[in-house]
Amino acid sequence: MIKAIINYFKEIFTACRTLITGMKVTGYYFFHPKEIITQQYPENRATLQMFDRFRGEVVLLHDENNEHKCTGCSACEIACPNGSIEIISKKEIDPETSKPKKAIDKFVYHLSMCTFCNLCILACPTDAIKMSKSFEHSVYDRSKLTKVLNKPGSKIMAGIKE
Amino acid sequence: MEDLLNKAETQEYFINMGPQHPSTHGVLRLMLTLDGEIIKKVEPHLGYIHRSIEKMSEKDSYYQMVHLTDRMDYLSCHINNEAVCLAIEKGLQLEIPDRVKYIRTIISELTRLSSHQLWWGVMGMDLGAITTFLYGFRDREMITDIFEETCGARLTMNYNVPGGLMFDIHPNFQKRTKDFIKHFKKKLPEYDELLSGNIIFTERTKDIGYLSKEDAISYGVTGPSGRGSGFACDVRKRIPYSAYDKVEFKEIIYTEGDSFARYKVRMDEMKESLYIIEQLIDNIPEGDFKAKTKAVIKLPDGEYYQRVETARGELGVYIISDNKKNPYRVKYRSPGFSNLSALDTMARGGKIADLVAMMSTLDLVIPDIDR
Ligand code: SF4
Ligand code: SF4
Repeated sequence: MIKAIINYFKEIFTACRTLITGMKVTGYYFFHPKEIITQQYPENRATLQMFDRFRGEVVLLHDENNEHKCTGCSACEIACPNGSIEIISKKEIDPETSKPKKAIDKFVYHLSMCTFCNLCILACPTDAIKMSKSFEHSVYDRSKLTKVLNKPGSKIMAGIKE
Repeated sequence: MEDLLNKAETQEYFINMGPQHPSTHGVLRLMLTLDGEIIKKVEPHLGYIHRSIEKMSEKDSYYQMVHLTDRMDYLSCHINNEAVCLAIEKGLQLEIPDRVKYIRTIISELTRLSSHQLWWGVMGMDLGAITTFLYGFRDREMITDIFEETCGARLTMNYNVPGGLMFDIHPNFQKRTKDFIKHFKKKLPEYDELLSGNIIFTERTKDIGYLSKEDAISYGVTGPSGRGSGFACDVRKRIPYSAYDKVEFKEIIYTEGDSFARYKVRMDEMKESLYIIEQLIDNIPEGDFKAKTKAVIKLPDGEYYQRVETARGELGVYIISDNKKNPYRVKYRSPGFSNLSALDTMARGGKIADLVAMMSTLDLVIPDIDR
């Protein structure tokens, strides 16, 4: 009988001890706020840097003369698993040879369908596209997520061939 | 009074748990037959997040089908990718550089760690301890940073391609991984202090949700859940792939078969994963990060099967090829589906309050079950 009572209190005591062990850990962090690693987003937006390989969205690179490297070869369109890229090409006259050649009219990119798999970037023979670091994609209207990546009036850089 | 109780009629009744329920971790619907609070039967209903990944793979090229497996068991995405790539490489009879094998193994183990950390956090939260959730995520953040720097994404990484890897590892990879190991070795004992010894936790998991070894085998329960019942089913040990034949590690087996045993398997597995990474991280051989493959892969006629050990159990990839640029048929044997099928046996006769704990220890990821 007495043994049962002792055991009963012993159990309560061990139970309390296990709870206090856990509390010790949380207490430690309560008094050591330096160990907390929470980032204050969006307050830290100015300093927040994503990694170089981060896959935000597909962008077509333009230089300062509004020229890009895309030849309109459609390799990225074929590589894309879900049809996020549509290349609409046109024929234009090559100023050097004055022969007609293929060029992009519109590089349409559906951000809403993209799975950020990076296959299009790997497929591009001229490295015309790349993944940007932007990640704040939310908009109020879905149609805003369909983008034309080549800037108005842009043309292909000299010397880039398919 | 006794008489009255005996005379009182009880009636079985149905209750729906899910598809929108915070502790099913996704859209899983369980139809429970209850007698009071005693569970008579658990019937899982699936299909709420079916995306026909297998069918979609049939129209995709071999390069494209890899990224879909990210979305099955998203917590072991790298291991899923690896499984598909290994199956394709088997078909092509491609010799993979050692460097690729080592990197794949390291990242697989990091994936397993991050999955177990998340599971640990969520397991605590399912039983009412929000603290564990925050602690689990704190340490997981370091791994996702490593992934983000090397692979470019935090969760759906798609870092494997048939023949190797998408890019070489980032120059910081080794340093970051070593920092993480040092950090996590200090923090892992905290996990035990917070949860493993906690009286509320042990009372709710010990001797609850019993699954015998025979049942585990007949239901095909694999991974930590199977090993908690004494079923030695670690694919890394039984049929080594990638660099697992070059490292030493223990296959963690507990024979109790209850919820607590399954919990302990995962806790010990984290230590083993750290140990595996430690053996490999300084010895990554030089070489290419990708074997040469053609721009359009065509697998020779035939059937190819590859199994790997994900954080949840055995994932099988079965590809039938008819020598075209896309597979004829793809089938994934996902660990979550088989593990879920044992829930009924485990839960029968138990209390409804313990069901959530049992599900937690099975570590279910619903998109993996449904595909
Ligand atoms: S990242 Fe993948 S899904 Fe997105 S556009 Fe490129 S290929 Fe298509
Ligand atoms: S972005 Fe690259 S792959 Fe796509 S059409 Fe232009 S040149 Fe071809």
